[in-house]
Amino acid sequence: MAVIDLANPTRFLTLVNRVLPWLAALTIVLFAFGLTRAMSAPDDYQQGATVKIMFLHVPAAWLSMMGWGLMSVAALGTLVWRHPLADVAGKAAAPIGAAFTFICLVTGSLWGRPTWGTYWVWDARLTSVLVLFLLYLGVLALYWTAEDPGRGSRAAAVLTLVGAVNIPIIKFSVDWWNTLHQPASILRMGGSAIDPSILWPLLIMAVAFTLLFFALHLAAMRNEILRRRVRSMRIIQAQEVRA
Amino acid sequence: MSAFTALVVRDMRLAIRVGGGALMGALFFLIVVTMMPFALGPDLALLARIGPAILWLGALLASLLALDRLFATDHEDGSLDLLMTGGMPLELAVAAKAIAHWLTTALPLVVISPVLGLMLNVELRAMGTVALTLLAGTPALTFIGLIGAALSVALRRGGLLLAVLVLPLTIPVLIFGVAAANAAVVGPAPFGPPFTILCALSLASLVLGPVAAAAALRHGLE
Repeated sequence: MAVIDLANPTRFLTLVNRVLPWLAALTIVLFAFGLTRAMSAPDDYQQGATVKIMFLHVPAAWLSMMGWGLMSVAALGTLVWRHPLADVAGKAAAPIGAAFTFICLVTGSLWGRPTWGTYWVWDARLTSVLVLFLLYLGVLALYWTAEDPGRGSRAAAVLTLVGAVNIPIIKFSVDWWNTLHQPASILRMGGSAIDPSILWPLLIMAVAFTLLFFALHLAAMRNEILRRRVRSMRIIQAQEVRA
Repeated sequence: MSAFTALVVRDMRLAIRVGGGALMGALFFLIVVTMMPFALGPDLALLARIGPAILWLGALLASLLALDRLFATDHEDGSLDLLMTGGMPLELAVAAKAIAHWLTTALPLVVISPVLGLMLNVELRAMGTVALTLLAGTPALTFIGLIGAALSVALRRGGLLLAVLVLPLTIPVLIFGVAAANAAVVGPAPFGPPFTILCALSLASLVLGPVAAAAALRHGLE
């Protein structure tokens, strides 16, 4: 099925209804597998059991960035190709991306307390994720205040693309600001520096989180389409009552 | 007179004459800076150290306040529709409005900043340099704010939404502006790198801002 066929919401809904149960089941299986592997992974020799937080924290961090990437593609779809499904996809991705960013911040903060001795430092990595969270909330605020869904989506698409340009700048500027003011205290993690006994559960968890993201996203898109149908039906109903 | 300069002159006239309130931002800037010592205590050593940061924060907030009216009045009286249907590219028209807005609201902030720096015990010899960082950085604030103003007029919402949208995007400007100002006042760090990056941010937003704002207006008001 080509992307253009999905412009018909009914066809898209049929596809979602067919795919979503399988996707949800696969997500649950992978989470069960990944969580067991994560729990049976050896403790870190310095951090002890707190290293387990990583299995939630790192995938959430990856997905917080993927969420904005997905929203940027959807924004291009809204503004350039005017694909009817693109603004639904963008709107559905925003709260999910914000939630993953929030999970990343909270787990990171809880992890920081035993290992760094503080919940929060104004470190480059932490600060740029916080700013990403603020940008997500800005997009959500835009959706909340828009009366007309189409107009709100186009405004949010412009903001998403501006944010996509700005996120690397913010990341870079915050890194720069940090090195000026305090020495780097980020926990360093080269891909190969991790022992395979921890790396494999982490990768499985990352795939499970990604599937969870897409399952939630598809469900949210379905809900958004249905919500818009209810809205237009209500408007028609109100017009009939008046007539 | 070309359409571009005509629009700049018209907007400046509207801002300066009765009801325009061009100097309101400068007044707000003065009040914010005056309130800082009340909150922090009149410790001159502390004020001298954080003075550049206070000046930058005050300028950021003051330039944010005025953004609300950038498109709203033109939208209310219909002249925004004329601009959108007129012969001049909308990007250019929006840039002209932003330039006029910068000249009437941000430039006064730059001009009075040395006086306010005096109140904050910022060293006299560094005062010119701090004002220079504001001169180089405020165009970025105006042109980033332009996008927020266009988005909020398209949604017929202003005020808090505008601040929520614009403030996170201005963080890099604040970081490099304060870094450059601090380098001039206290720091052993060199003044050049943050200042040139600040100029780069202003130039980049000069290009991106009008394009994004015009897109927001086109998609929002059609």
